[in-house]
Amino acid sequence: MSDVGRQRVPLTLASLQGDRRRLRREAALRRLFLGAAALSIVISALIVLSLIREAWVFVSQVDLASLWTDGWFPRRGLYDLKTLFAGSLIVTLIAMAVASPLGLGAAVYLSEYARPRVRQALKPVIETLASIPSVVLGFFALTFISPEVVRRFAEEATLANLTAAGIGVGLLTIPLIASVAEDAMAAVPDALREASSGIGARKVTTTVKVVVPAAVSGLVAAFIIATSRAIGETMVVLIAAGASGGSLFSLDPLREGLTLTAAMATQASGTDAVVGAALTFQSLFFVGMLLFLVTFGLNLVADRFVRRVRQKY
Amino acid sequence: MAAVAPHPRTAELVRARLEQGKLDVAGTLFRWLLVGTLALSVGVLAVLLIDVVTGGWGVLSSRLVDFLTSADRTSAEEAGVFQGLRGTFWIGVFTVVLAFPVGIGAAIYLEEYAPRSRFTRIIDINIRNLAGVPSVVYGILGLAIFVKTLASLPDWLGGGPLTGGRTVMSGGIIIAILVLPIVIITSAEAIRAVPDSIREAGFGVGATRWEVVRSHVLPYALPGILTGTVLALARALGEAAPLILVGAVQGRLGGGPGSLVDLGQLQERFTAMPIMITNWSGEFAEGFQDELAPAAIVVLLVFVFLANGTAILLRNRYAKRR
Repeated sequence: MSDVGRQRVPLTLASLQGDRRRLRREAALRRLFLGAAALSIVISALIVLSLIREAWVFVSQVDLASLWTDGWFPRRGLYDLKTLFAGSLIVTLIAMAVASPLGLGAAVYLSEYARPRVRQALKPVIETLASIPSVVLGFFALTFISPEVVRRFAEEATLANLTAAGIGVGLLTIPLIASVAEDAMAAVPDALREASSGIGARKVTTTVKVVVPAAVSGLVAAFIIATSRAIGETMVVLIAAGASGGSLFSLDPLREGLTLTAAMATQASGTDAVVGAALTFQSLFFVGMLLFLVTFGLNLVADRFVRRVRQKY
Repeated sequence: MAAVAPHPRTAELVRARLEQGKLDVAGTLFRWLLVGTLALSVGVLAVLLIDVVTGGWGVLSSRLVDFLTSADRTSAEEAGVFQGLRGTFWIGVFTVVLAFPVGIGAAIYLEEYAPRSRFTRIIDINIRNLAGVPSVVYGILGLAIFVKTLASLPDWLGGGPLTGGRTVMSGGIIIAILVLPIVIITSAEAIRAVPDSIREAGFGVGATRWEVVRSHVLPYALPGILTGTVLALARALGEAAPLILVGAVQGRLGGGPGSLVDLGQLQERFTAMPIMITNWSGEFAEGFQDELAPAAIVVLLVFVFLANGTAILLRNRYAKRR
């Protein structure tokens, strides 16, 4: 710099471009970070590819009649899909029946009613609930919810049953609903609340008739995300509804059962080579692909709803 | 003109006059309903914790050290969680070593470098979708890549006929991939929250993009990034479904306890805390489901809550400072 001044060389663009080495390092780091970000696309591609490759083998070789039989017993060549979908549906419905009111109630309270101090004390509790591993909730569902809650009201229920598993999955999704719904209501501008109070509405009216409708797309997103999570939950169902090996088709929530996820896990467990009937291994990937498609679709829809909230406010 | 808060007595009088002495029945009911839902959630959490602590108390109080250092045995009085701890330890190491740097790097790219292009948008949407993929599907990925592909590689590359690729390395890498989107999303949020004025100050004195990121953006965003990464770690420690698919040992893992940091273990069959909990939960012989499973849960929860508590403390501490 001082050289430039002494020799009276005019300041050109080149003298502002900086050190070569610095620029090279800059470009290298940029590529490195780009690589890290692009890795996520590679992962997605690998997931889809590995699912499709074996699932295609399954679809092209399976006897289509075996997809509609009396139950899911892959080792015997019976791949009844409705058994798994029924199990997933029952568990998800029960889970949402538990989690929706509890999660939404918690969200409304935290966002509209709780004073800052109370909220600061309660949020960590909700987060603690969120951090509990699913195997722990599976154990709790099997050893506490099933005997102490389900079998108290329905004595005919088996020891492991879909209802207990559903309640366990529901407990798991409460914090998820609560946090997404709370975010949605926090995004509602205070002007709406003030306008409502200004024309004499009570707190409850403001909350139910103004804030909730204004946040409705976010609340819908919360339910969809939770549904997707409930469908994808494996361990709770595996432990608490444990029909290991296979299950007959049944719509009885008080009996043991299999979901899409638990079917994959039981099949992979206990078998070193995952062999059985010819297509046992491939059926795992086929079910995985169905699960992926269902949750992927739900997540896309939820994403659309979340974005709508963002655009609005 | 500064807003003056009314005297509490005045507020009370105005409210009483507005309500004309009537009780707000619906409002009170609604409020209690909300409190009830929250109390129920918190109550369930309390019951769960009390249930596992009382269930596991016998084992934890009488032979804690033995329980932590023994291998899984057929006799409930001698069985311990050492192999599970070892598996979970390595999974944590893989998460920290793989998912954290890659995730933070990706977040830096998305927030600091990425142009507003179609490609950026695709990456962004893709990451959010990955975060919603069920964990068992990541297990499928592990099964396809490691178990099928690695099994054909020689032993020293992590393959070999002995394990068929079903090693703690496969499990660790899959769990790292599983939590990667969480690390990216939370880190990106933390970086986004850094005010632009901080960046502009850096550029103003002639720093390059990376210099601004390193010495201005990252230090400012660090608490947020740490919070996210620690939460991701907590998630990684408790995850079980993908491990089952990549072949964590379902029955009893043979051999003695071995040592915690023996790199040779990376190439052998493995188990992990959540897997042991799952196995013991389904074992009805006396002492397993009723004592060992809750004891193992308490051990796992201690680690998960430690990670989670650290994250919450970090966040509260730095939130206050701003």
